[in-house]
Amino acid sequence: MTGNTSTHRLPSYLEYQGKYTGILGWILSTDHKRIALLYLYSQLFFFLAGLVMGIFMKLELIAPGQQIMGPQAYNALFTVHGLTMIFLFIIPGLAASFGNFMIPIMIGAKDVAFPKLNLFSWYLFIAGAVIILIGIFSGDGPPDTGWTFYAPYSLKTNTNVVLSVFGAFVLGFSSILTGLNFIVTIHRMRAPGMGFFRMPLFIWSLYGTAWIQLLATPVVGITFLMVVADRMLDIGFFDPAKGGDPVLYQHLFWIYSHPAVYIMILPAMGAITEIIVTFSRRTVFGYKAIAMSSLAIAFVGYLVWGHHMFTSGMSETARLVFSFLTFLVAIPSAIKVFNWTATMYKGSISLEPPFWWAMAFIFIFMIGGLTGLILGSVSTDVHVHDTVFVVAHFHYIVFGGAGIAFFAALHYWYPKMFGKMYSKKIANWGLIGLFVGFNTTYMPMFFLGFMGMPRRYYDYLPQFADLNLLSTVGSWIMAASLIVVIVNLLRARKGTPEEMDDPWGGRTLEWKIESPPSLENFEEIPVIDSEPYELKSK
Amino acid sequence: MEQNHVAHTDHFDPVASKIGMWLFIFTEILLFGGLFIVYSVYRYNHQVEFHLAAEELDVTIGLINTIILLISSMTVAMSITALQLGNKKLTLILLAATILLALVFLVNKYFEWGAKIHHDIYPGSEFLLSLSKGDMLFFGLYFFMTGLHALHIIAGLALLGVVFVKVKNGTVNQNRYSLLENGGLYWHLVDLIWIFLFPLFYLIH
Repeated sequence: MTGNTSTHRLPSYLEYQGKYTGILGWILSTDHKRIALLYLYSQLFFFLAGLVMGIFMKLELIAPGQQIMGPQAYNALFTVHGLTMIFLFIIPGLAASFGNFMIPIMIGAKDVAFPKLNLFSWYLFIAGAVIILIGIFSGDGPPDTGWTFYAPYSLKTNTNVVLSVFGAFVLGFSSILTGLNFIVTIHRMRAPGMGFFRMPLFIWSLYGTAWIQLLATPVVGITFLMVVADRMLDIGFFDPAKGGDPVLYQHLFWIYSHPAVYIMILPAMGAITEIIVTFSRRTVFGYKAIAMSSLAIAFVGYLVWGHHMFTSGMSETARLVFSFLTFLVAIPSAIKVFNWTATMYKGSISLEPPFWWAMAFIFIFMIGGLTGLILGSVSTDVHVHDTVFVVAHFHYIVFGGAGIAFFAALHYWYPKMFGKMYSKKIANWGLIGLFVGFNTTYMPMFFLGFMGMPRRYYDYLPQFADLNLLSTVGSWIMAASLIVVIVNLLRARKGTPEEMDDPWGGRTLEWKIESPPSLENFEEIPVIDSEPYELKSK
Repeated sequence: MEQNHVAHTDHFDPVASKIGMWLFIFTEILLFGGLFIVYSVYRYNHQVEFHLAAEELDVTIGLINTIILLISSMTVAMSITALQLGNKKLTLILLAATILLALVFLVNKYFEWGAKIHHDIYPGSEFLLSLSKGDMLFFGLYFFMTGLHALHIIAGLALLGVVFVKVKNGTVNQNRYSLLENGGLYWHLVDLIWIFLFPLFYLIH
């Protein structure tokens, strides 16, 4: 490490005044850190919107029969909840916010390779969101197809599907450009001495993610355009009455949408790796294995989409092959979990809030992963297919996994991003509440699914009442805790800045610079002369 | 250890911009790849109808358009070499030729589509809905895929237009010609996709 020993401080990226001031200084800034915060705030906004919808759905399910909404409203609500949470919160996920902020800093660069393209991606993201929003409040009502837009129903329903599908297409374009930017940045902008195997593991996971974004998203993009063409031009790509094949739609949709699950979870695993290494006060166990497992997940993740279609009408051979490939994904995932635990072994663990969040992630992610095996095996999948078991599994992975990792990363990098510290005590209590609330909400759904309760209905049979009531109560605990967590972070934002360039004792490059970083991150580009996680302290 | 890293004082990295363009082209190929999959599945399902419907297309006009695009790919490639050699005037002439050829392609497309629509063959027309499912799918795919390709021609035209202006005012020049090179790459992609569309729709019987 060289440089950055100066005593004077440059204005941070938060204070820096460029050509524009005020709000324009943010929405016209090409600084990767400001763009990251634009993403962070918009994603949190959409997350809260999705959360409110989820709470209303749970409220409807508190008892059998109609409570607060009818079937059509419920259909619209689970569709829009899915659209918001998936396309607007968790697919941009940790990559768009923390990836944008941390990639240049962690590889020792001043910005991403294409800063203007980076800002353009954010505008596309907002444009997609606005199009979806218009679709919800115009025409013949919000879409009621589920976020999957399965044909032929998505071609037949009178609701406003076209705008939502087109909005998702635009969001896909934003995701592609972000991935492209990250790949080029990682290839071209690494500091001298930082070979690929000296990069922090968060960067490796984002590298794998970027390739998935690049290679999988165009396929769903064209599929969405075909749905739009079917509805507007009456072509009939997926309409059996005109010769089209709805199962082909499912194939094309899942060719993207299964890898998309890894777009959500890979950066999450990367952030968790960083946190565990930092707070274990040891170097990482199995660096290359973790790095390669990210790429392995990205690669194998392409070949498993058929497990969403075990009951859709595929040949026996296809089902068995897809089932086998699905089990293969468990190997790189398990490599990560074992390496995390091995990293902690004989470490001098420091029990700070981000570490607890990472522990919650591992616990919940393991339940999600193991129940995934039940769904990956053909015979058991047929039993629980289209029940709330699937919903529970999905939320354990995507909310309990990627979502909790999002907040873990937020607690970990918060002092770096803002130069301030939140109340650790409240953060811990918020996590405990969230952990209890989360499991109370979704654990009963595994049992309900096994008992045969189907998903996507506003009503259910009386024998499911008790567990549904429990689940709804859980959703209140969860929402309340999330509010505590977020308010805690917002309050800290107003607090006084403290000296905290390296509050956790981290050993990656971002902890060697000021908090919050200056506009160009490094006064002098560092020269890397040590292995990852062994950077000498300054 | 790694010599290929550019100095950060120079914010312009032509290699990065070229990698970026290649990656983008990759995504475009995958975008059309989805359509090629759909085409092959439906061709397999409706072999006879696809065969008969394909005979309705005008091979001559398709062939003319193929030749036009191939020549335009050549002119754009030559314009890059011309700029590398420092001949700005020739670069501009070759770029103008490329743009002109692209416009001719679109005019041909207009007449070709116009003739089809005149015969009541367009997605959702009553005549088409009275034909077999294979016919509907063939012409649906024909209009969708050539239409999407035409949109790419228009996007390429806009890009080459921007490049033309920038060459003229000197922002793109002998020492800094990444934008022209990337525009050329994009144009080759548009050409390449047509090279696949032409046999799939016009030639295979």
